[in-house]
Amino acid sequence: MWQACSGRGWFDMRKERAAAATVEPGEKKIVISHLKKCFGDHEVLTDINLEVDNGEVVCIIGPSGSGKSTLLRCINRLEDPTGGTIIVDGNDITDKKANINKIRENIGMVFQQFNLFHNYTVLKNITLAPIDRKKATHQQAHARALELLERVGLAEKAASYPGELSGGQQQRVAIARALAMNPDIMLFDEPTSALDPEMVGEVLAVMKELAAEGMTMVVVTHEMGFAREVSDRVIFMADGVIVEEGPPAQVFDAPQEARTKDFLNCVL
Amino acid sequence: MFERATPLILSGFWLTIRISIVALCLGMILGLITCLFRLSKLRVMKFLAGVYIWIIRGTPMLVQALIIHFGIPQIVNLILKAMADGGGYQKFTFTAFASGVITLTLNAGAYLSEIFRSGIQAVPVGQSEAARSLGMTAFGTMGKIVLPQAFKIVIPSLVNQFIITIKDTSILSIIGLAELVNKAKVYVGSTYQYMETYLFVAACYLVFTSLLMLLSRFIEKKLKYAKK
Repeated sequence: MWQACSGRGWFDMRKERAAAATVEPGEKKIVISHLKKCFGDHEVLTDINLEVDNGEVVCIIGPSGSGKSTLLRCINRLEDPTGGTIIVDGNDITDKKANINKIRENIGMVFQQFNLFHNYTVLKNITLAPIDRKKATHQQAHARALELLERVGLAEKAASYPGELSGGQQQRVAIARALAMNPDIMLFDEPTSALDPEMVGEVLAVMKELAAEGMTMVVVTHEMGFAREVSDRVIFMADGVIVEEGPPAQVFDAPQEARTKDFLNCVL
Repeated sequence: MFERATPLILSGFWLTIRISIVALCLGMILGLITCLFRLSKLRVMKFLAGVYIWIIRGTPMLVQALIIHFGIPQIVNLILKAMADGGGYQKFTFTAFASGVITLTLNAGAYLSEIFRSGIQAVPVGQSEAARSLGMTAFGTMGKIVLPQAFKIVIPSLVNQFIITIKDTSILSIIGLAELVNKAKVYVGSTYQYMETYLFVAACYLVFTSLLMLLSRFIEKKLKYAKK
């Protein structure tokens, strides 16, 4: 089923927009400096510095509890940073006066638990935000949703409710829902961790296509194969700090830090 | 017997139906506002909602009805008298219907707000996170994602509270509201037909509440998140 969706023409609208946008390849899409996040007395992130270029695919790996997801959730302020700054597309999102809703329109997010709206059909899940945020009229949103569903191979599920879909299908709809806002950046928070093994492939395939199209992506994942194959840069985190980063070949084949080696020995 | 009793008691039943519906509609609005106050980040709002719920839940509705119907007009009239400064003034009174609606609304509102709160908190936080991550406002997320799902979760408790409120209207006979029980008492006073009359009254309540239960079952079926 999935093969039908690969091929040319993925995310045409995005391409058009990218062509018109002023952001050049290589320009910084996300600049995180001295990010600190505490939950009560517990410091989850300690002085994180990270830059993501336009079109870059960054995978964040590391043991659970290392702060990977918290870091990701700070990027669209689902978590309020305790200290430091995060600049997304030139906007300082840690500024309390920043219009966070406007900024979030350009940052798609895909969750571990899919979080499709249970009370709406697949189609409504995708059209809801574009209409609500006045990014599209009803007809435009409708047409765009069907186009996106076609591309994730779920056009026939438009009228279904999320509860009637498999996990892999739900996650593909969730990706389509995020893409419907035409974001510049996509954040993935362990998108395949809640899936049955046989459904992981279909979701990763969608993500690979997206990466190939030049989407800026930050992916928290335990899929080492995906990280190695798709990412431009791998970041290894442990205990709230970035321990090591570099191209996948370097991090996976010639890790420098002892903690990275230990982790990779466990998972590979 | 029923030729004489029926019109009288049915007129009371009609009032019971009307006051229940008015109070439940107002109570839903009050309950929702109170609930949002309680969940708000502002301390003052939280506090106000907390005090309101505390007082209403902690005192009998009978006493609340007496305070509202007899107590409040008394105080208002004292103030009016003082302001009139010896001159004449229009005496202030509540009709039994007005005090009845106020009492029932305040009561239903307090209990409904707690029901709404439990419903809102039962909606997984991921639902609103997903909506916010798409750029939707807190308000839009509440209205389009959280409340519709919360509503479905609370339908059984909601119906339960509706039924309690309907039955509680009988308490308002004490302030002279000419509802079902009040009319029945009047009728019994002259005929001494206790059993027949009160059984008939019970049947009236049962019809009303049963209709509500059927309605709720219908709505619950309608709100199944699945293709038919």
